[in-house]
Amino acid sequence: MAKESTFKNMTITLLTITLISSASLGFVYSFTKDPIADAKNAKINNAISKVLPEFDNQPTSQKTEKQVDGGVIILYPATNNGQSVGMAIQTFTKNGFGGQIDLMVGFLPNGTIHAIEVIAHKETPGLGDKMESGKSNFNVQFKGQDPKNFKLAVTKDGGNVDAITASTISSRAYCDAVERAYNAFINEGGAQ
Amino acid sequence: MNQLNNFTKGFIKENPVFVLLLGMCPTLGTTTSAINGLGMGLATTFVLVMGNVVISMVKNIIPAKVRIPSYIVIVASFVTMVDLSMEGFLPSLHAQLGLFIPLIVVNCIVLGRAEAFASKNTVGSSFIDGLGMGLGFSFALTLLGAVREILGSGKVFGLALFPENYAMIIFVLAPGAFIALGYIIAIMNRLAKK
Repeated sequence: MAKESTFKNMTITLLTITLISSASLGFVYSFTKDPIADAKNAKINNAISKVLPEFDNQPTSQKTEKQVDGGVIILYPATNNGQSVGMAIQTFTKNGFGGQIDLMVGFLPNGTIHAIEVIAHKETPGLGDKMESGKSNFNVQFKGQDPKNFKLAVTKDGGNVDAITASTISSRAYCDAVERAYNAFINEGGAQ
Repeated sequence: MNQLNNFTKGFIKENPVFVLLLGMCPTLGTTTSAINGLGMGLATTFVLVMGNVVISMVKNIIPAKVRIPSYIVIVASFVTMVDLSMEGFLPSLHAQLGLFIPLIVVNCIVLGRAEAFASKNTVGSSFIDGLGMGLGFSFALTLLGAVREILGSGKVFGLALFPENYAMIIFVLAPGAFIALGYIIAIMNRLAKK
């Protein structure tokens, strides 16, 4: 059965336990640090390669970050044989039905959208999550559109985007994020 | 105690979810699909087994008045290890389970088994107890996840059984978790009575 509790043995026991725990956690952290960083990079790289035509540079090593509307937008320029093939922009919106949505939007040098991928979202399964590519055709309608003459708003708000049925809030948020990416792209001097 | 009995009690007679009704937060929150339920269950199993073993090893040197804080520190260390490892090696499952992995620390089953079993029994029995309880928990979560996934999206473990248009979305959402859990508990009780 457990020992009698004295001030001395309680202090020593707690100190020993916390020391051993922190030492073993430090070991596990150093062991998993690289795989965690790799997994995060792989996710970003995967999203970039899905939204842009073929490229041969390392967009993640040439990224620039911009502070916009209380969040961060990350721009990844892509080139093939030294020629610009477009730019992938990691954008966000805070207006989603479940909070923040992170998207990766690929723009071609002429300013048209090549493709859009969802990086992270907390929308309702079965409704708002239809924004993910492969779950519905919602994201396909953006492909090849130039936001200059394609209004990034749902038809209910006078725009050109067909909203997901029963998920107008998610669809509006999606448009908001794409719009933010487009503005960042224009500010960078894109679409000559 | 008979070790086989000790191992199997976690599945039916003292199943943490269906009989003891412990750990409802991860049970209801993570079982949107069978694979999520299984992942959550196995993560909890690891923490239960390791926590039980270590706690039963040190039970005689920990003064009675500080035993609960000591147990929590030990359990929290294993939870953090699971969290870091999953983030590194199973990033997509980790993203799905999200906050529920760190929350294993406050899961009633883990501390409950530590206090009720591991602090009074040998290392061997505690290991068997943790494994039995953990696998019983995994079994319950996987079953609930599978039921919700089949009814809610027409799939099980990602394999389509019928078109998603015929599925009832409510089962993937929070109310469906309560409905499905209620019916499963009712069926389990009916079977246990016989």
